Amino acid sequence: MATTISTYSRNDYINFSVLMVLGFLIIPMTVNSDYWFTSILIPWLCLALATIGQQVIMGYTGQLALGAAGFMAAGAFACFNLILRVDGLPFFGALIISGLIAAAIGIVFGLPSLRIRGIYLMVATLASQFFIIWVIDKFGWFKNYDSSGIITAQDIVIFGRPYTSPVDMYLVILVVVTVMTILAINMARGSTGRNWMAVRDMDVAAESMGVSLLKTKIQAFAISSFFCGVAGALFAFTYLKSLEPVAFDIKLSFKILFMCILGGLGTINGAFIGAGFILLFPVLLNYLGNNVFHGAIDATIISALEQVVFGVLMIVFMIYEPLGMARLWENLKQRFFKKKDK
Amino acid sequence: MTDSQDRNFKIGNPILEVNNISLSFGGVNAITDTSFNVLEHEVRAIIGPNGAGKSSMLNCINGIYKPQQGSIAFKGNKLSKITPNLIAQMGISRTFQNLALFKRMSAIDNILVGRKLHSKASFFDVAFQLPKARREEKINLKKCEEIVEFLEIEKIKDTPVGKLPYGLQKRVELGRALATEASLLLLDEPMAGMNVEEKREMCRFILEVNEEYGTTMVLIEHDMGVVMDISDRVVVLDYGKIIGDGPPDEVRTNQKVIDAYLGVSHGE
Repeated sequence: MATTISTYSRNDYINFSVLMVLGFLIIPMTVNSDYWFTSILIPWLCLALATIGQQVIMGYTGQLALGAAGFMAAGAFACFNLILRVDGLPFFGALIISGLIAAAIGIVFGLPSLRIRGIYLMVATLASQFFIIWVIDKFGWFKNYDSSGIITAQDIVIFGRPYTSPVDMYLVILVVVTVMTILAINMARGSTGRNWMAVRDMDVAAESMGVSLLKTKIQAFAISSFFCGVAGALFAFTYLKSLEPVAFDIKLSFKILFMCILGGLGTINGAFIGAGFILLFPVLLNYLGNNVFHGAIDATIISALEQVVFGVLMIVFMIYEPLGMARLWENLKQRFFKKKDK
Repeated sequence: MTDSQDRNFKIGNPILEVNNISLSFGGVNAITDTSFNVLEHEVRAIIGPNGAGKSSMLNCINGIYKPQQGSIAFKGNKLSKITPNLIAQMGISRTFQNLALFKRMSAIDNILVGRKLHSKASFFDVAFQLPKARREEKINLKKCEEIVEFLEIEKIKDTPVGKLPYGLQKRVELGRALATEASLLLLDEPMAGMNVEEKREMCRFILEVNEEYGTTMVLIEHDMGVVMDISDRVVVLDYGKIIGDGPPDEVRTNQKVIDAYLGVSHGE
């Protein structure tokens, strides 16, 4: 242990390679139903990316911020307008600039965090959610003066080749999510992440060690919003295939918050686990309702059941395992490998 | 132990000067018109009964509290209207009375936070693991491993500090302060709540740091035996005022100090 100075262990590299082979080769080759790509894999990756953004600000920096969907909307509409108005701007370029625009907005709405904390900050950041949506609705320019209220997103074109089939779009997202996840892990494990966590755990002590609260919080807000912005753009361009402010309402913000908490605060893999769970659980319930109980249970009851189970799970996790499903997974792995050793 | 002759770092000129500090919270005067100085490379103790204003004094030096009157000068520069992190940049580090560790982080990560002022890599460098960030991380990790070894906490370096026993947490906190390589360390009751064995070890660490790096120490301590053993000079506070200042032997025989500790009434 003492000699490993690199941020990554051998296990990390093995896990990474396995995931890459799975994501880039096995899934595209074996999964041949569009349903899986358009309804599960694509939204899962997009929302996981947004959840990483939420993790940065809430899980790592400990700032209760609510309003991820607002920044997603900012990113989505920024991307739409950039592609619409800037000729020859490559898709990835538009994606990065969208993220930066979301980050700039995030900095402004992060400023209250210097004065208020906890539940009050949550209320203050909630303003961003409503403000961004309101601005987009109010000023027609953002929607290119489209009267219908729903705009179709442009096709993703990279180097002249359109990526419109579900598999193609999945691969585009996978590339973006992979790169950004690596960046997030690098930051979380490096000095940047340590500063965030220091502010989260004991801000007075962090300050006495020379960590600037102002700089660290604002930085975390900016990075968090960047991730949400890019995720929003991807979400609109590949999953929704349209742009409407309603899609990025407060419900989506809460969904991302739940993904963050259930997955495990302060973990990157938890973002993927949490997003996967919240996305797949209703699908599973529906499947059970249709195939096991053969429609004996009413669909409304099933959707109510879904809410009940989420609520109970949230409470249970908050009390017994604040580190969420990512922690359960770690424990399971540890037990599994220890048995193997013997 | 206080022989100044055979020390690596001879006690020098004043490094910290506290001039006529007054601090009050509402109507309560925590510190009243207090002045003292700390010489370079010395171990300076602040003692006094509970509520005498000792921790408030450290918080003033550290920039957490702003005294209403008076001034504090560090290395000749006046400290006024500044924040704890600017003070840290000037080379003052500290530990806290009631442990202010980053509870969910491992011991080594806690100590690594202490290297903040020696980290120049931006989040961008870190995210892309550019050579600058890697190089810096390597150096910082090496320094911190040395501190871990020095404090004899190798076994627990990867444990989240919230799960460590009190004595070890105190040690990690000292490690974090050491990692800053500050020239002045403020230690707020580094030995409170420890048993004799732990206290002895803590004393050894403090003296060794002072001896090896010449770090100036200001420490608050209740255990008189410890104070007399390790400090060069002692300030005695009572009700926010200085009632004694000088070498341990002199302070010990000071009538006012004896009265304060034995609880003689505070009439005129």
